[in-house]
Amino acid sequence: MKQWDQGARLWARVFCAMIVTLFFVFPIYWLGAISFKTAEEIFAYPPVWIPANFNFHNYFVLFRDGEAWSIWNSFVTASISTLFAMFFGTIAAYSLVRYKTGGNHLGIWIISQRMIPPICVVFPVFLLFVAWDIVDTYTGLIVLYTAFNLPYVIWMMRGYIQEIPLELEQSALVDGLTRWAVLWKVVMPMAKSGLFATAVFTFIFAWNDFLFALILSRSDVVTFPVKVTGYFGAQSSLWSKVGALSMLGVLPMIFVVGTMQRFIVRGISMGAVKG
Amino acid sequence: MPNLKIDNVNKFYGDVHAVKDLSIDVPAGEFVVLVGPSGCGKSTLLRSIAGLEEISDGDIVLGDRSIANLAPRDRNIAMVFQSYALYPYLSVYENIAFGLRARKASDDEIKKQVDWASELLDIGDYLKRFPRELSGGQRQRVAIGRAIVRNADLFLFDEPLSNLDAKLRDGMREEIKRLHTKLGKTFVYVTHDQIEAMTLADRIVLLRDGVIEQIGAPLDLFERPKNIFVAGFLGSPPMNFMDVDVTEHGTSMALPDGQILSLAGTKISGKIKDGAYTWGVRSEHLSKITETKNTVRAVIDVLQPTGSRTYGTFFLGDCHVVSELEAHDVSKEGEILHLAVAIDRTSFFDPETGSAINS
Ligand SMILES: Nc1ncnc2c1ncn2[C@@H]1O[C@H](COP(=O)(O)OP(=O)(O)O)[C@@H](O)[C@H]1O
Ligand SMILES: [Mg+2]
Repeated sequence: MKQWDQGARLWARVFCAMIVTLFFVFPIYWLGAISFKTAEEIFAYPPVWIPANFNFHNYFVLFRDGEAWSIWNSFVTASISTLFAMFFGTIAAYSLVRYKTGGNHLGIWIISQRMIPPICVVFPVFLLFVAWDIVDTYTGLIVLYTAFNLPYVIWMMRGYIQEIPLELEQSALVDGLTRWAVLWKVVMPMAKSGLFATAVFTFIFAWNDFLFALILSRSDVVTFPVKVTGYFGAQSSLWSKVGALSMLGVLPMIFVVGTMQRFIVRGISMGAVKG
Repeated sequence: MPNLKIDNVNKFYGDVHAVKDLSIDVPAGEFVVLVGPSGCGKSTLLRSIAGLEEISDGDIVLGDRSIANLAPRDRNIAMVFQSYALYPYLSVYENIAFGLRARKASDDEIKKQVDWASELLDIGDYLKRFPRELSGGQRQRVAIGRAIVRNADLFLFDEPLSNLDAKLRDGMREEIKRLHTKLGKTFVYVTHDQIEAMTLADRIVLLRDGVIEQIGAPLDLFERPKNIFVAGFLGSPPMNFMDVDVTEHGTSMALPDGQILSLAGTKISGKIKDGAYTWGVRSEHLSKITETKNTVRAVIDVLQPTGSRTYGTFFLGDCHVVSELEAHDVSKEGEILHLAVAIDRTSFFDPETGSAINS
């Protein structure tokens, strides 16, 4: 009786997990399916659940017309801004934690910057960028994403650095390291999981951004979310392109999160929410 | 090898005056132990020497150079921390080599030094392991190894044994003492444990509330404490204190329960003024005799055999006294004993100031 009970419960759990997984995976599957469908299949009714054959035509069109370039734009702006945000954010967080820079309140103030709705700042930023002449450039988007992600990086890294035993750093200082060397040889390795997890989220924030990219780019550095949205027209939508370009945008993220999963889970569970 | 001079050092944390105008001279090669109750400023002083705290006032001189304003890395000091502070992401070998790499030693030099230290500390078999794969005692050795490979001028230890269990602690204590003899370097060692202080030190610095209570060789402090605090801090079980009344021109005294002991024939006889004193007696200076003349009559309240010795506690008036007896001196609680007192080895203190009365 008891055995049976245990088994039933396990099955119930597996069943629930399947439902939830299906719920999240289906949209991605549907996107992928669309990207391989022919025009007829896309509009067929009842819907075609599985495309008849793997048809790379939609992808081919994107590359032929150079529209896949928007993925590259997204990649450049997201990765370079992530590097900058991680670098400056980690240093700033270290300063907040170990030198008590700004007392107890600077950290809170910094994270509060992140809570401003982007729509409030996007037009002032646009005017500023016009004045600096960096609208529609990599520089512009990189500067913006770096600034936008810094509070998040500082806040997260502050939590991870607080977890590092002080004596580890002090021992290194006595052993002959400079502060910079301590940061590099002790703090970085100790905060590795947190560092990766934060970098992944920072990258995703920039990768997903639509609003800033829409306002701050025109034709040269259109990122893929903006590009995809452009395929929706008032009269008709280019569903095959939407499907293919979205897949190109989603796959790198699935890959990144998949390979970094170990770090992300450890990073998130590692006292990140400590105040 | 340079000597260490701590010169009128003060340290404030905001309003907390953690170290108060403290001066110590440590000759080269000496093993000095800073001991005192928790919060007395031992770690603060040690960390100030290492450069991990900035002193508020005063000077710290190593050899002929003032190090008070140098960065920790420029002081050429090695330190062993209570938590061992091993890097979890580095192997034992790399942990030991850490300080050498920081100083850009060559690979050959590093290997030579690590091999030497690991042989000395008997950790040669673990060099490839990671700290999490070691026991507490092994981690402690690695931490010490990391300190000694660097050929520092001065070695600092902040309660290095307090995370070990009692048995390991005894073993490591002996090893640290042997290490000091082998290296011949200056050691400054912090502990709150009076046994560690007594067993390790060439000289003990006993601190309370940021002030030195007494400084001297272990037996010096033990046998000639300057005040009640020092007398009570050193020794286990702690010294018994009781209020006594000295009468008849310093030749007789009344114990708290009214028993009278004659001081005749002792060093102090006739040299101490009549009046009230706090009398300090160590439990080992009370011993059972068959005679009853000039003894303390004790009704044993609780017996605690330890094997070799037995602690018998009794009361004199309200005053609780512990005596250290031979294992078979007493067989059961409630027995009445006559205890002889080695009065020459006891101490008299001024009950107001707590200072010892010199005779
Ligand atoms: N970073 C600090 N900030 C404020 N007060 C401190 C700090 N470190 C130590 N203190 C205070 O200084 C005194 C001495 O501390 P410490 O040197 O750690 O004592 P010990 O090592 O002898 O136990 C204590 O009263 C402690 O509360
Ligand atoms: Mg301490």
